[in-house]
Amino acid sequence: MNSILQVIPLNYYVALAAILFSIGVMGVMFRRNAIIVFMCIELMLNAVNMLLTAFSTYHGDASGQVMVFFIMAVAAAEVAVGLAILVMIYNNIRTVDINELNKLKW
Amino acid sequence: MVQFAWLIPMFPLLGFLLIGLLNKRLPVSLSGGIATLMVFLSFVVSAVIFREVAQDGSVPERVVLFDWISVGDLSIPFSFLIDRLSVIMLMVVTGVGSLIHLYSIGYMHHEQDHPRYFSYLNLFVFFMLLLVLGSNYIVMFVGWEGVGLCSYLLIGFWFKNIDYCNAAKKAFIMNRIGDLGLLLGVLLIYNTFGSFGFREVFEAARNFPENSEAVTAICLLLFVGAMGKSAQIPLYTWLPDAMAGPTPVSALIHAATMVTAGIYMVVRSNVLYVLSPGASEIVALVGLATAFFAATIGLKQNDIKKVLAYSTVSQLGYMFVALGVGAYQTALFHVITHAFFKALLFLGAGSVIHAMSGEQDLRRMGGLKKVLPITHATFLIGTLAIAGLPPFAGFFSKDEILAKVWEHSPIMFFVLAVTSVLTAVYMLRLYWLTFYGEFRGTQHQKQHLHESPATMTIPLVVLAVLSTIGGFIGMPEVFHTPHYLNEFLAPVMWKVNHHSASETFEFLLMGISLALLLIIMFATYNTYVIKNVMPEENDKDLQGFAKLVANKYYVDEIYEALITKPLNGISSFVYKFIDQGFIDKLVNGTGTSLNGLSGVLRFVQTGNIGGYIFSMVIGIIVILVLTMIL
Repeated sequence: MNSILQVIPLNYYVALAAILFSIGVMGVMFRRNAIIVFMCIELMLNAVNMLLTAFSTYHGDASGQVMVFFIMAVAAAEVAVGLAILVMIYNNIRTVDINELNKLKW
Repeated sequence: MVQFAWLIPMFPLLGFLLIGLLNKRLPVSLSGGIATLMVFLSFVVSAVIFREVAQDGSVPERVVLFDWISVGDLSIPFSFLIDRLSVIMLMVVTGVGSLIHLYSIGYMHHEQDHPRYFSYLNLFVFFMLLLVLGSNYIVMFVGWEGVGLCSYLLIGFWFKNIDYCNAAKKAFIMNRIGDLGLLLGVLLIYNTFGSFGFREVFEAARNFPENSEAVTAICLLLFVGAMGKSAQIPLYTWLPDAMAGPTPVSALIHAATMVTAGIYMVVRSNVLYVLSPGASEIVALVGLATAFFAATIGLKQNDIKKVLAYSTVSQLGYMFVALGVGAYQTALFHVITHAFFKALLFLGAGSVIHAMSGEQDLRRMGGLKKVLPITHATFLIGTLAIAGLPPFAGFFSKDEILAKVWEHSPIMFFVLAVTSVLTAVYMLRLYWLTFYGEFRGTQHQKQHLHESPATMTIPLVVLAVLSTIGGFIGMPEVFHTPHYLNEFLAPVMWKVNHHSASETFEFLLMGISLALLLIIMFATYNTYVIKNVMPEENDKDLQGFAKLVANKYYVDEIYEALITKPLNGISSFVYKFIDQGFIDKLVNGTGTSLNGLSGVLRFVQTGNIGGYIFSMVIGIIVILVLTMIL
C-alpha cells in the first residue's frame, strides 16, 4: 500500500532537504544573531529529519521514522538548554551577537 | 622419612621470618637461641635422612614440593633430590652451621643488632640448603643466588664502615660475573639436553659423544660460575676482602659452606665433566694456579683473618685440581675435612680476636698460649690438620689429592706439593706468631685478655674432634681399610678415576710429606719463636719478591687499572657525550620544537565562532569532494 508521502517522487525530497540544509548552513555561517543561528541549526536538523522520513517510507521500514522521533525529542531538550544559555548571555552582556562572544581564544 | 626433606630448609626459613619480623620486639638473648635451634633441628632431620639413605637409599629419591614453572613444554618442579651426594652436603652444612650459630651467640655478645645478624645467618643456611637439595639446575641457581645475597648482607653487616660496604659490593659484583657464566651454562644445558632436571640431563648426557663442543662449552660456563662463587683465579679477590664481615660469618660462608658450592656443583655435574677432558684440564690448571698463588700470598699477610682467607682460596684451588683430574670423591672429601678444620681455624681466630678486643694484626699478638688454653689447643689441631700431619683430617684428603694428581701429571703434582709445603709454612707462622713469644699488644689489651665463653669453646672443641677423626672416612688403600666415602658416593658418580698409585709411592708420599712437615715445624719455630723474627712493621720496607707477595701481586691494582678505571672512563664518556650530548638533546629538542610550533599554531584559535564554523564546513566539503572523487 502506497503512503501519501509517495505521491511525490523521492528526488524532490532529496532536493528540498539539500536546499533546506544549505540554507541552514549559510545561516549558521553568516548570521550574527545567536537566535537566528539557533533557528538555522534547527533547520538543518529538520532537513535531515525529512530526509529520514522520506527514505524510511520509500524503503518500507519504519525504523527511520522512529529515529526521527528520537531526534525531535533530543532537539527539544537541546533547545531548552540552548535558549537558557542565550538568556544568560543576554543577561550578562546585553546582546546576543555571537561575534561579541570571542573571549575564549589562544 | 625422606618425604619430610622439605623440613630441612623450612626450619631456617622459619627462623629467618621469626627473627627478622619480630626483630627488636624479641628479647635480646632469644634471637641467637632461636636461630641456633632452627639450624640444629635441620641437622637432626638431616641426620635421620642421612641414616636412611646410608642404609638402603642407593636410589636417588626426588621430593616434589610443588609445580613451580610450567610453560608450554617446559616444566620445572620445585623439587629436592635426596641422594648420597646431597645428604653428605646436608650433614656438613647443617652440622657446621649449627656449631657456628652457637658460636655466634658468644661472639656477637657485645654487638647491637642481634636479630638482623641471626636472621641473615638463618636465611643463608636456608639458601645453602636449597642449593644442595635442588633436583634441577634452576632450584640450585635460586640457592646459588641466595647465598650470594646473604654473603653480601653479612660482609656488610657493619654497614657504617665504608670499607666494609665496599668489600661487600666487591664480593657481590665478582659473584655476579661468575653467576652470569653459570646462568649461560644452565641455559645451554637446556638447549642441549632439553631439560633442567639433574636426572634427565645426566641420562641424556650418557649417550653423548665425548669432547663435543656443546658439553665443553657447558662445562666451561659452569666453571666460570664456580670461579666466582669458589674464589678461583681470576675472580678470587673478593674472598680476602670478605673478611670484613664478622668472624663466624667468615667461618660459615667464606670457608665451610658457600665457597664450596662451586665444588658441589662440579661434583653434581660430574657426568658432563667426564665427557669433556679439555674442560677438566682447564679446571685443574686454574685450580693449580689458584692454589699456588694464594699460598704464596698467604706467606706475607699479617692479618690473622687474611692469612686464613688466602689459605681458603688456596685449599679451594686444591679441590678444583682434584675435580680437574677426575677425582670427584676426593674433592668432596677435601670439602668435608676442609669444612671442619677451616671452620675451626676461623672460629679459633675469632676467639683470639674476641680476646684481643678486636685486634687482628699478628704483630700485636704473641704469647696467647697461656691465657687462651682451649683456643690454643683447638687452633693447634686445626693448624696440624691443614698442614697435613697424620692422623689429622687434612692429611688424608690432601694426600689423596696429591696421589691422584701424580697419576695425572707429575708436573702438576710437583707444583701442588710445593703448595702444600707453603701451606704448612704460613699456617705454622700464623700459629707461632699468635700463641708463642712475648705479648706485643697494648697494656689495655693485656688486661682484657680472657678465654672465650662456653658457647664459643664448645663448637671449637667439637670441630677439633671432627678435624682429628674426620679423615678416617677416607683412609688410603694401602692400609687395606675400606674407603667409606668412596663406597658411599659410588652411586652418584659415573666414570670414576679408580686408578690408584702404587703402594710404594703412597708410602713414599706419606713419608716425605711427614718429614717435610716436621722440618718446617722446626724451621718456623726457630725463625718465629727462638730468633723472634717479626714481620716488618711497614710493608714499604720489603724488597723484591717479598714486597710483591705482601702486596698480593698487585692484582687488585691491576684490576683497578685494567677494568675499573677504563670502565669508569667509558661510563663518564658515555654519560657526557652520548647521554647528555645526544640523547638528552634529542628528548629535550622534541619538547622544545613542539612547544615552539604550538606557539605559532595557537593563533589559529581566534575565538570567533563564525570562523570555526566556516572552516568546519569547508572541511566537510573537502572530505565530501574527496570521497566522491576517490
